[in-house]
Amino acid sequence: MSKGLTRRQMAWRAAQDLADGVYVNLGIGLPQDVSNHVPADREVIFQSENGILGVGPAALPGKEDPGLVDAGGQRVTLIRGAAIFDSADSFAMMRGGHLDFTILGAFQVSAVGDLANWDALEEFRAPIVGGAMDLVFGAKEVRVLMEHNTKKGEPRIVERCLYPLTAAKVVRRVYTNLAVLDITPQGMLAREIAAGLSFSDLQARTGARLTLANDCRPLVAPEL
Amino acid sequence: MIDKRVQTLADALDGVADGCRIMVHGFGVAGVPEALLNALLERGTTGLTIIANGAGRADSAMQKLFAAGRIAKLIASSGRGRSVEPSPFEAGWKAGRVEFEIVPQGIFVERMRCAGAGLGGFYSPVGVGTKLAAGKEVRAIAGRDYVLEMPLTADVALLHAERGDRWGNLSYRYAERNFGPAMATAAALVVAEVDKIVELGDIAPMDAHTPGVFVDRLVEVT
Repeated sequence: MSKGLTRRQMAWRAAQDLADGVYVNLGIGLPQDVSNHVPADREVIFQSENGILGVGPAALPGKEDPGLVDAGGQRVTLIRGAAIFDSADSFAMMRGGHLDFTILGAFQVSAVGDLANWDALEEFRAPIVGGAMDLVFGAKEVRVLMEHNTKKGEPRIVERCLYPLTAAKVVRRVYTNLAVLDITPQGMLAREIAAGLSFSDLQARTGARLTLANDCRPLVAPEL
Repeated sequence: MIDKRVQTLADALDGVADGCRIMVHGFGVAGVPEALLNALLERGTTGLTIIANGAGRADSAMQKLFAAGRIAKLIASSGRGRSVEPSPFEAGWKAGRVEFEIVPQGIFVERMRCAGAGLGGFYSPVGVGTKLAAGKEVRAIAGRDYVLEMPLTADVALLHAERGDRWGNLSYRYAERNFGPAMATAAALVVAEVDKIVELGDIAPMDAHTPGVFVDRLVEVT
């Protein structure tokens, strides 16, 4: 069965929806790659919760600055026009509704947009809430970028989240390797489906009931 | 004459006692007062409550404090780093030797800011309807639910800055600033390690991110 997009292609797809001029916070992990795929003619400004507006590409070996890391701990650079601030200002930026989007990873998303991404209830590991809760209660729009299924093949899109919630009813759009899904008042709508996959194939790999959008398109991305 | 400089890390930690609540600056590796934490380890102080964004990287002084059994409680937004193996903190927590209060990062810093600004608490929408808001007072304001968050104080704050002067003015390098300014306002004793102690006036007034009034002791580390 089709595996759909690669992880890089998933990040590329999410990046295509970021219009010129938007301010965006990216979650740790897969979402961080979104910044590498913004079309060159758009100014999209990335915020990092540890106090940077205008995060640039990863620092080249030998050019790292110990004072410049992003939320994932990666050594980064600043773009021209970047600004530095303390954590209180950073979270005012998030909670106060000053960021247009946050794109986060998730363990599970429910049919109504509930998000679980801070505690996977692992036996030997501690959870991380980090800035996720502040972001989802404050960013103008919350999007999720994640694999459609777990490594064991279980759906991550579910009727009800089994893991502790980060927030209820906050996710508006989900990008996976198999589909682009919108959470609407009428339910979860399949906007784009990976080539080689039928709607019923997609439904079979999803734990929540989907509706096929009238204008559903193939989910395609360039070779990356 | 005001002179907050001390000569040694041991002097910088003078009076830090067993059972103290200690705020620790830093995000990932940026802004962590690693020399002060190593001095705290050497000092042998125990039963500590650590208030920090995370539990520290695998080889950090903070994890050494956990491994040595010095920390009784962690208040943080993150309980794990990028390491594949569970950390000494995680082992201690899972075994019931260490208490863990997990706080959303923005609430973590705002509670400190609140304490440092003389406020009695604040209402926040973050976490409403989740288990992290369980038991908190809920209040509807203009049609939205908020929970009451309380100030977060400490006996000691340990900070790291790039430059400091004898009045205690601090200037942080890039994103090493993170929690430093809030922690500097919220603890009874504020101790900063700095890469370089400079003359008064060398830190331009607009670069004094933490004004000296908030700082009690300053030690140069290399």
